Amino acid sequence: MPETAVQTRRLTIAEALREAIAEEMRRDETVFLLGEDVGVEGGFGGAFGVYLGLVEEFGHERIIDTPISEKAIAGAAVGAAVLGMRPVADMQYADFLFECMDELVNQAAKLRYMSGGKLSVPMVMRAPVGTTLRGAQHGQCPESYFVHVPGLKVVAPSDAYHAKGILKSAIRDDNPVLVFEHKLLYGSKGREAAGGWDLTAEVPTDDYTVPIGKAIIKRPGSDATLLATHVSLYRALAAADQLASEGIECEVIDPLTLNPLDEQTIFSSVQKTGRFVVVHEDTLTGGWGAEVAARVADDCLGYLEAPIKRIATYDVPAPAAPVLEQAIVPQVETIVTTIRELLG
Amino acid sequence: MAEHVLTGDAPAGADAVEGLYRGMLLIRRFEERVYRLFLEGEIPGTLHQYQGQEAVAVGVCDVLRRDDWITSTHRPHGHALAKGVSARGAMAELYGKRTGCCAGKGGSMHLGDPAVGMLPALAIVGAGNTVVTGLGLSMKLRKTDQVAACFFGEGATNEGAFHEGINFAAVERLPIVLVCENNLYGASTPYHRVSLVPDVAERAKAYGVPAQIVDGMDVLAVRAAAAEAVARARAGAGPTLIECKTYRFTGHSRSDARDYRSDEEEAEWAARDPLLVAGARLEQAELEQLEADVRAELDDAVEFARSSPLPEPGEALDGVYA
Repeated sequence: MPETAVQTRRLTIAEALREAIAEEMRRDETVFLLGEDVGVEGGFGGAFGVYLGLVEEFGHERIIDTPISEKAIAGAAVGAAVLGMRPVADMQYADFLFECMDELVNQAAKLRYMSGGKLSVPMVMRAPVGTTLRGAQHGQCPESYFVHVPGLKVVAPSDAYHAKGILKSAIRDDNPVLVFEHKLLYGSKGREAAGGWDLTAEVPTDDYTVPIGKAIIKRPGSDATLLATHVSLYRALAAADQLASEGIECEVIDPLTLNPLDEQTIFSSVQKTGRFVVVHEDTLTGGWGAEVAARVADDCLGYLEAPIKRIATYDVPAPAAPVLEQAIVPQVETIVTTIRELLG
Repeated sequence: MAEHVLTGDAPAGADAVEGLYRGMLLIRRFEERVYRLFLEGEIPGTLHQYQGQEAVAVGVCDVLRRDDWITSTHRPHGHALAKGVSARGAMAELYGKRTGCCAGKGGSMHLGDPAVGMLPALAIVGAGNTVVTGLGLSMKLRKTDQVAACFFGEGATNEGAFHEGINFAAVERLPIVLVCENNLYGASTPYHRVSLVPDVAERAKAYGVPAQIVDGMDVLAVRAAAAEAVARARAGAGPTLIECKTYRFTGHSRSDARDYRSDEEEAEWAARDPLLVAGARLEQAELEQLEADVRAELDDAVEFARSSPLPEPGEALDGVYA
């Protein structure tokens, strides 16, 4: 943030995302939004209300309500992007991205390369992730599938300030960027009073961006490095608080971008702490944490004082019953126990 | 909503035939030359060839402007040449040379060049049917009078992408022409085995999109239908589907012996060769001159491709991200 007096307000992530889109649409007439239920009067403003009010300002020409056709949404975004536009496409749930894997993986990611560098595909795909008592098909965290694809960028913001800034960067980026947000983190005013986390953040009124590819150290520490996104990030911070009372200082890092990964920030931290734990709500096998773990092992082996640990959702589809869901998703206690063992 | 059948009687002057014939001849001789070079080991990879279907690419692209766009398929050589990709650029791409239209990164199944309004061809069946809606959406939002044409086979109409794409194009009134090249077989599978609706044009009705069936072996018939559809798109009246009944004279890909088709059927379609149909309207001397022109252009293209440099291996890492 600039050092001169900056006007800020506390916003939720949903409010911050809405501002980012509105400001970019005012700034650049090639930016437009398309998705299901995004602009119907009296409708939802998108599945989680992020777009409320946008159609009143920008009209149906630039806030496009599509049929329930995820392939058409993604394909239209690809086609418009190669021809001078900057589409922001919406998936109501990240689970629906599997409906348009061809458009994202075969088309968006590869058109620039196949054209010999003559084309670019400046599109954004927003997708909400996260187990939220909705069962197996409305709660997945599929970031890892896309981290694997050369040609795509993947970001995963977890607070309002970074969500707004990195969405603006994504819209201005000349590559396809997938923006994953967690459903539990959208509208969080008052949740702290209810015993949860305060997820609002001070957000400047002036234009700012947050760079893609740069991690954030959320809490400095010297004994172990904890890398996590979304709800797992807040659980990691809660675990770090608890461990601090036992004299264990964790450095908690929000990668913010999953591809390209900010190796420098992560490696520097691990070289300082000698211990590395990655936490994510995606399932364990082949999750993005495995990729980070492999890179840390490659680069930091000589600094490690304990094995690298991955804490992830168990390799099962998400069950609906609350007690079952809680049993498979990483909890604060798991993180605390794991760190204690590493230092034991 | 407009009626579902177009008249297809837009005029094409007789003087246009020579240009159309030359366009088709270039594709035919290009494909024959490429096949031989492939067998000789000069061209790597695989090939899906376009002989027999030339009237479709040429008839449609003839009524498109340079700043109009097309999407193509795994069988894109004809579309590329018809839209204006140079024979040099296309041939060098097949040779895997740096001077190819995609710098050697695309190859046979991804020929294209944004400079002439052609996306790198999309080799996943049906992929163009959703991507073309974005081209159309950009044209509509930018308020240009450009048009986007999408070439696809009858097989693509059994993909979900076809249905999502045509419906979205229809409800958004996008400036799109959907060009179905119904060559009767998806690889070896006859269309009647995989659809109870014999004509693809019938399927357009389900989406409120006007459609027309044309003789895909007659370049003037294709051109007339395309002219009407393009005019409709330019005027903001939305998409049209043209079903071109056509036939590929070669196998699906290089190794296909075509045992699933009868000699009689092949002979019947060979008699309707688009070069014969259009050539009947030209004098012998004109035909010979066009053969000589095309031969010279392809000699030049092959020489250009042969003498062009290969990419440096390190170039494989370039151009993933902007």
